[in-house]
Amino acid sequence: MSTTASAPLTDSSIMLRRNFKHIVRNPVTIFNGALMPVLLLLIFVYVFGSAFKVGERYIQYAAPGMILLAITYGLSGTAVAVNSDMAKGIINRFKVMNVSRGAVLTGHVVATMLSISIAVAVIIGMSFALGFRSPATPLEWLGAIGIILATTFAASWLTVALGIAAKTPEAAGMSVVPLILLPFLSSAIVPAGQMGQGFRQFADYQPFTPIIESLRGLLDGTPSAGYAAAALGWCAGIAIVGYLWSRATFSRRA
Amino acid sequence: MNSSAIAASGLRKAYGDKTVLDGIDLEIGAGTIFSLLGPNGAGKTTTVNVLTTLLKADGGTARVAGYDIATDPRAVRAAIGVTGQFAAVDDLLTGQENLQLMADLHHLRGGEGKRVVSSLLERFDLTGAAQKPASTYSGGMLRKLDLAMSLVTKPQIIFLDEPTTGLDPRSRRTVQDIVRELVTDGTTIFLTTQYLEEADRLSDHVAVLDHGRIVANGTPGELKNLVGGHYIQLRFTSAAELDSAARILPGSSQDQEALTLRVPGNGGTRPLRDLLDRLGEYSLDAEDVSVHTPDLDDVFFALTGRPTTEAISL
Repeated sequence: MSTTASAPLTDSSIMLRRNFKHIVRNPVTIFNGALMPVLLLLIFVYVFGSAFKVGERYIQYAAPGMILLAITYGLSGTAVAVNSDMAKGIINRFKVMNVSRGAVLTGHVVATMLSISIAVAVIIGMSFALGFRSPATPLEWLGAIGIILATTFAASWLTVALGIAAKTPEAAGMSVVPLILLPFLSSAIVPAGQMGQGFRQFADYQPFTPIIESLRGLLDGTPSAGYAAAALGWCAGIAIVGYLWSRATFSRRA
Repeated sequence: MNSSAIAASGLRKAYGDKTVLDGIDLEIGAGTIFSLLGPNGAGKTTTVNVLTTLLKADGGTARVAGYDIATDPRAVRAAIGVTGQFAAVDDLLTGQENLQLMADLHHLRGGEGKRVVSSLLERFDLTGAAQKPASTYSGGMLRKLDLAMSLVTKPQIIFLDEPTTGLDPRSRRTVQDIVRELVTDGTTIFLTTQYLEEADRLSDHVAVLDHGRIVANGTPGELKNLVGGHYIQLRFTSAAELDSAARILPGSSQDQEALTLRVPGNGGTRPLRDLLDRLGEYSLDAEDVSVHTPDLDDVFFALTGRPTTEAISL
């Protein structure tokens, strides 16, 4: 009888491998994660773009916003995956196996971050191909990547919490829709100043606006410390809420 | 070997004001098959969940494999394998990957893990389907894979929560054969079932659970003795014949509507021969004769005053 005290790190990486196999075997997740943002990028740049007054070429304005869409579109698969884990017997098996309890959730978060990173890389590549140019220094690129990762991390934990809390996989899929819609109501697609009353105020105060503005600033070579601080603050807050909510719902449900 | 694999006393569990377990006492010897028998809602799964550390009991104590479930759950988990009522497999992974996942999580080293996985695939006759996703498996194959996943660590005690529910008769037989085989290796089996004949056929000891209480506990034979003896049932074609037969067969009880007569027996041939001789003496012919051996259905009825079928449909 060989019993080893479960190492959270090993367990998490085993779970990560499992989650990654799921993602690869479920083409819908890949479609949502990478293809949807690419399609949106093409539609916005070639169909709507010329109708928006953004003060510069639309691709130049929209590329950072599209990166944000790549992040949020990558989330819906995670919520469904987390929820089906909870709904099926497999979670009980993990629990009676001395698997460290956080490993299941950490596996989902890290798998989501990896798949979103791929989608983001695709979007950045596409943006350059469509004429996006960035004067950013390597340090500013690093900052941009930091904002992207922080946003992904925070959104992933919140999504995991939404996935556990939902009653059915279908409800889990729906629960991330507000997260997917939020970037559209920020300055990601059009400047908040061009929005109608009410929406403008909402856009000004919702988390995605400082996130998108700090990203845009970094990529344009005009970083803003204020936006960056606000963005990181939002990310930290969302991550903590998502993490604590996940933990609490997980131990109640599983 | 230690005498008892599982010892529980006074286990209680309630959800709100609904009592699910109302003081469960159990004593299960190592290397034996124990069946917890009861209709749906009796508390079988809750008992399994408490003993496997999935649920905390509200009261009472239990030792599983010698470890206290409340104070030493990690040691308990390391000693047990659990196959729940619903297949606990990852259906996007293949059969082989599912087993490998278990081996990895148990930190079996590369070579050993692979060996365990392939030997389990072979033993459960899943080698052919090993590379197919579990979502394509039939119910019987899923149950086998599920069981195989519980055996990766060669646990001392295996909990099987209704392992044959929902299976076709052939798969049910396969699972029962596997259970019997496991116990020859010295493993202790804790099994729940609502099939009385399954408990009867498989187990060394049976406890009958009803509304969160154990209403009887013993070997299948002992439980059958609780309900009293065997009887011979005769069916006649007319009420007149039934009456005459009842008159010449002392101790018998008749059912006027079904035209049947029950005569006490002991399972041997002697009372049967005497009975037939007596009928022959009076030139009475029964249309149908059957020898009834009490089964656990009778036990359940005798203990709870309700037939199992009625309880199950609750």
